[in-house]
Amino acid sequence: MLMIACPWCGPREQTEFAYGGEAHIARPADPDAVDDAQWADYLFMRTNPKGCHREQWNHAFGCRRWFNVERDTLSYRITSVYKPGERPAEPAA
Amino acid sequence: MNRYSIFTLARNALGGHRGWQAAWRSPEPKRRYDVVIVGGGGHGLATAYYLAREHGITNVAVLEKGWIGGGNTGRNTTIVRSNYLWDEATHLYEKSLKLWEGLSQELNYNVMFSQRGVLNLGHTLQDMRDIERRVNANRLNGVDGEVLTTVQVKAMVPIINDSAHARYPILGASLQRRGGTARHDAVAWGFARGADSRGVDIIQNCEVTGIRRDGGRVTGVDTSRGFIEADRVGVVAAGHCGVLASMAGIRLPIESHPLQALVSEPIKPVLDTVVMSNAVHGYISQADKGDLVIGAGIDAYVGYGQRGSFSTIEGTLAAIVELFPTFSRVRMNRQWAGIVDVSPDACPIIGLTPVKGLYFNCGWGTGGFKATPGSGWVFAHTIARGVPHELNASFSLERFATGRLIDEHGAAAVAH
Repeated sequence: MLMIACPWCGPREQTEFAYGGEAHIARPADPDAVDDAQWADYLFMRTNPKGCHREQWNHAFGCRRWFNVERDTLSYRITSVYKPGERPAEPAA
Repeated sequence: MNRYSIFTLARNALGGHRGWQAAWRSPEPKRRYDVVIVGGGGHGLATAYYLAREHGITNVAVLEKGWIGGGNTGRNTTIVRSNYLWDEATHLYEKSLKLWEGLSQELNYNVMFSQRGVLNLGHTLQDMRDIERRVNANRLNGVDGEVLTTVQVKAMVPIINDSAHARYPILGASLQRRGGTARHDAVAWGFARGADSRGVDIIQNCEVTGIRRDGGRVTGVDTSRGFIEADRVGVVAAGHCGVLASMAGIRLPIESHPLQALVSEPIKPVLDTVVMSNAVHGYISQADKGDLVIGAGIDAYVGYGQRGSFSTIEGTLAAIVELFPTFSRVRMNRQWAGIVDVSPDACPIIGLTPVKGLYFNCGWGTGGFKATPGSGWVFAHTIARGVPHELNASFSLERFATGRLIDEHGAAAVAH
């Protein structure tokens, strides 16, 4: 079970949160300008790393706001929590 | 190879059981193989077996970073069935089920395949409509299936809670009588023994650390036991397929998640079939030695830790106790997780990659065990011929660019 520090509400149990997948995936600015492979990359391809992962979480049973978490996918240790538009506190290992 | 039969059993019994041979060798890796299979789970070992058996390619190594069958092959809930919705998936899983039906004879190894039937419960009118649609689709594809009423479900499983006042009442179920369970370790061991006896080298404790390429062609793999040269490399590494793909500069539409399961203390026989429920999310069967085998849904986050969150187990056990109130006092013995490779359409990716000679077989997600022989069958064909078998042609990586996805989230029967 994870303990996640919501940047607005402070540390809460994982059951209050919903997972939102990999963070920082930008929708192509002009979808008409990309080919099928590039669109598939945006839509489906994921980094899925064994190690440092930046991901989105939503405080679904709390303030209901989105934020980003940097977490190790092997140890599950959370190394950074930061608001949308911000960068993680320390560089990824 | 020591062939197993009643006569060898009797002969060895008279000899005090000192005459048995090891079921497979543990050779040092050679410098070069025609084909290297990365991943010594059921799928990888089946691939090696069928490469030797069907295609005469025996200069093959199976590289396993741990021990064979120690990953998802030994961590699943052993359910075998083929009642998927779409033609492509149904044909692939049905090929696998047909191979299961003759597997113990084929391998001369008892995989304890037990066709005890698989029930998929419906709890809402929409569930029942989906069940009828899926059963009809199965029958049109020549796959057995029946729709049962609540009374028929209760007759099959007397301990199930059929109350109309349950939070999620049982309105009926689909039944595939040819489905069932198998002994998962035995499947890995049987394929390992069969492949080894045909000349395949099974190399355990050998982790692949790099995939070498030259001009867009694969040339071999770097491992924890040195470089191994190979013209063709087949990767069947389940949850770690993304790690291996990144070694070759390939991006996959796969995310790895922990999938949890647990077994109870052994109890007397009470459940002689497999019961699955999509809506409340739980699936359960009773192993031959008496333990209840229970599977949960995946944990939502990406994880490689072979453990998940307690809340996921709690949700599944709440559903199991709702379906079987009598199990509320059964104690659980062990609990674990496997790392499953979940694809966007709950279907596998089996085929060629942009790197020549490099083949991937991944994305089986929560439902790979049932496909073990079929997966090996089509992957061996793909590697031997350099083109997919007709059964796996639709399961290419390109489908995510063309949009021809095969959406099997309903029949996958595990929450994603």
